Amino acid sequence: MRIIPFILSAIVSIFLIVLFNTKLFLPAPLGKLLAPQQGLWQNAEPANEDYSASLRFPGLKGKATVYFDERLVPHVFADQEDDLYFVQGFLHAKFRLWQMELQTLSAAGRASEVVGKLAFNHDREFRRLGMVYAAENSLKQMEANPAIKASCDAYTAGVNAYINSLSAASLPLEYKLLGYQPEQWSNLKTALFLKYMSYDLAGHDQDFEMTNAKSFFSKEDFDLLYPAIQDSLDPIIPKGTIYAPAAVAPKAPVALDSIPVGNAVVVEEAYKPDRDNGSNNWAVSGSKTKSGAPILCNDPHLGLNLPSLWYEMQLSTGSFNAYGASFPGAPSIIIGFNDSCAFGFTNGGRDVRDYYEIKFQDDTRKAYWFNGAWKATEFRMEKINMSDSASFVDTVAYTVFGPVMYDHSFSGKRTNGTKNYAVRWKAHDASNELLIFNQLNHAKNYADYTAAIAYLHTPGQNVAFACKNGDIALYTQGEFPAKWKGQGDFVMPGTDSSYMWQAMIPQNETPFQYNPERGFISSANQRPTDSTYPYYLGREYPTPRGLIINRRLAAMSQITPADMMALQTDNYNVFAEMARPVFLKNINEANLTAEEKKYFDLLKNWDLRNDIHSKGATVFTMLWSKFRAVVFDDEYAKAPQPVALPFESTLVEAILRDSAYKFIDNINSPQKETLPDACLAAFQNTVKELSPLGMATALEWATYKDTRVKHLTKLPAFSRLHLPIGGGTNVINATKEEHGPSWRMIVSLTQQTEAYGVYPGGQSGNPGSRYYDSFVDTWVAGKYYTLWMMTKDQTTDPRVKGQMHFSN
Amino acid sequence: MKFFLAVLLIALLSFAAGLYLPWWMIAVVAFAVIAFVPLRPLSAFFAAFLAIFLLWGGLSLYISTANEHVLAHRVSLLILKLDNPVALMVVTALIGGLVAGFAGLTASFIRPRVETVSRLNG
Repeated sequence: MRIIPFILSAIVSIFLIVLFNTKLFLPAPLGKLLAPQQGLWQNAEPANEDYSASLRFPGLKGKATVYFDERLVPHVFADQEDDLYFVQGFLHAKFRLWQMELQTLSAAGRASEVVGKLAFNHDREFRRLGMVYAAENSLKQMEANPAIKASCDAYTAGVNAYINSLSAASLPLEYKLLGYQPEQWSNLKTALFLKYMSYDLAGHDQDFEMTNAKSFFSKEDFDLLYPAIQDSLDPIIPKGTIYAPAAVAPKAPVALDSIPVGNAVVVEEAYKPDRDNGSNNWAVSGSKTKSGAPILCNDPHLGLNLPSLWYEMQLSTGSFNAYGASFPGAPSIIIGFNDSCAFGFTNGGRDVRDYYEIKFQDDTRKAYWFNGAWKATEFRMEKINMSDSASFVDTVAYTVFGPVMYDHSFSGKRTNGTKNYAVRWKAHDASNELLIFNQLNHAKNYADYTAAIAYLHTPGQNVAFACKNGDIALYTQGEFPAKWKGQGDFVMPGTDSSYMWQAMIPQNETPFQYNPERGFISSANQRPTDSTYPYYLGREYPTPRGLIINRRLAAMSQITPADMMALQTDNYNVFAEMARPVFLKNINEANLTAEEKKYFDLLKNWDLRNDIHSKGATVFTMLWSKFRAVVFDDEYAKAPQPVALPFESTLVEAILRDSAYKFIDNINSPQKETLPDACLAAFQNTVKELSPLGMATALEWATYKDTRVKHLTKLPAFSRLHLPIGGGTNVINATKEEHGPSWRMIVSLTQQTEAYGVYPGGQSGNPGSRYYDSFVDTWVAGKYYTLWMMTKDQTTDPRVKGQMHFSN
Repeated sequence: MKFFLAVLLIALLSFAAGLYLPWWMIAVVAFAVIAFVPLRPLSAFFAAFLAIFLLWGGLSLYISTANEHVLAHRVSLLILKLDNPVALMVVTALIGGLVAGFAGLTASFIRPRVETVSRLNG
């Protein structure tokens, strides 16, 4: 034996093995990843993959069959309703397991277990917001209902049946890349997923930002900057509707007016849901359609991700037959239609999360001052495990209001302050949102619809409904606190009960429309009513989309589904319609340089449409943001952060009302600036910034906006970037950079339902599948797929590409 | 002849091992095969390298072709910062080949030098 060469060579061999078995290159060993029989190559799904299978699970009660169509949409037929949810759970897991788990880990404040201390602040904030506490409360109520308990149990069993069938080779790609394993699903995870949606849709408030604004501006200025109602508001329930007097009258605290001004907030949320998490929905009655049948449309605007939040499917059993978009993570169809009716949602956007400043007895936080005495806090230990460092136990104090989210040990984005804020969030209360979807899937008529949505507490939604019998309706549904005027707009004192929520608005006072004379219902996150509704609604509602949708719908007749597609993807910028004249009127062309004149012409000749190739849209968008900066930056420069900026509509309406709007003047300059001065300055700043882009493609709206659908890890390789699509904020086609219509659906309730839909993703969550992003280009092009409500006698239809049989 | 026998054995046994055992079993297989089918060091290295280079390269090519290279486009961009499926296959084959090659080389040193053996016999 040649000892020395043997040892040297052995050292090299072992070195190589160790090297490729470490996490030096990636979070998982490179050798393991690239080994073709178990690593990532195994996730390269054959392009002609046949998903057919015969599967047996002892827990099933009967038989179920899944028919996959050519878009990989499963049509599930089950003898027993529970088996339907088992199969739904199995399919969600088969195609979307990684995202389901990641979203629920994130909801539970456990993201650090996967990505390490990167997510530490995120996890602490979510724990302190009481996400797990909220999910546990809801789970109790969900499981108290036998039908929901059965559906959740079956769903969970289906997810776990899939997880238990996984081998090292069939593990989803992201687990391999990040080097971890899925854990078992549970009903709590479904509850956590729903709380995540509550966070996304009912977790956006501006209480800190508004408190800082109030502490900084005089009362007159504050009222000018943050009016409760916009002039241009066209509410969801039309103006002039008569409301009964309030059955519940919340009493404002006596000491209300004595809240000290100058009490700035010293914390800042580390994570904040997008302000534009909103949506459009509308339904027209048969009197306005060509077929004579109602048409319902919905497009929820959410963060655009791959894999998508949505998974399209049909669920069919003896008791119901529904089609639409489902949430991987929860049973039932969420937005869709059945054989009798269709349903869709937009976000209510009411403020259901308020903060109270807590006075602790001392640093131990064991007691806090409440109603004239020291009251004991309860502690909840939150253990945060991290993949890359030792675990951390966060002790969260709970008060009568809720958890103390921010205190001396945690201030969100900020270095630790000395103030303590407890959070009162409607989503902490027990509720059973799954029952709404379960009952809507079964709904046959208007009465079933109203009974179903009564279970919707949080997040509050505007629920559109249309039925084959001709009914259309919309309820601005949810369980909302009855607030005295201004309650919860700012951080409130937490030293006594006078600032607490006193009662909920009774369900029978929910503003709604049922078969209105105008022949349509619609909502686009605007304020639900005008000021005659007897309850306080807060001030955080965008106005423009609702305005243009109602204008269009009012003018339309003989409507076809194709007309609705054109409306859903319409790029008309109604906000610019209001704002552009201000610039055209106040900028004197004679004062412009030749270069500036070119941009002015683009603005002047713009057709007010945010179309893909529009250059005017780019100029206007930039000009508007520069104008806002010119008007407000001087006043806001010294304001405590974070601070809320006025709504866009507020500024444009103020200037249309009064060209001598006081904030136009630059307080840092000796002279008094006028509106023409501000417009010119903003325009010059715009040209300065746009000039380097040249006059070619880079100036075109879609290129400039640069819409993308990113993988949940943000990895560019798994994302779809630079998508040529128009639209934007304040446009019906509300497609922003990474946010927009996450599912477009149109349902014409003719005898034989005619439905269309598309979402920016694909049915498979596997980046190695051709179904990963197969809908993206169709979505970008503003096109739709025909949604096929399959019947049992169509099993030999050529659209059926695979069959999966389930039995016990 | 022995060279091709070694290549074939290493590839076949590694394929079987790859179905259930950890990826580095290719090194154990290469070591064991060369220990039983002795080759000169250089031949041993190339036999083992070639066996796994071909096995891993071939398997990834086969899988990726059926996949129309959807995954390889994305993953090559992710890992190699370069949208090139072939490059990902080459990297896969190289890593496997190198690990097996050195394991095979190590095994070739178990026996004394062939020239020495013949001189002693002579």
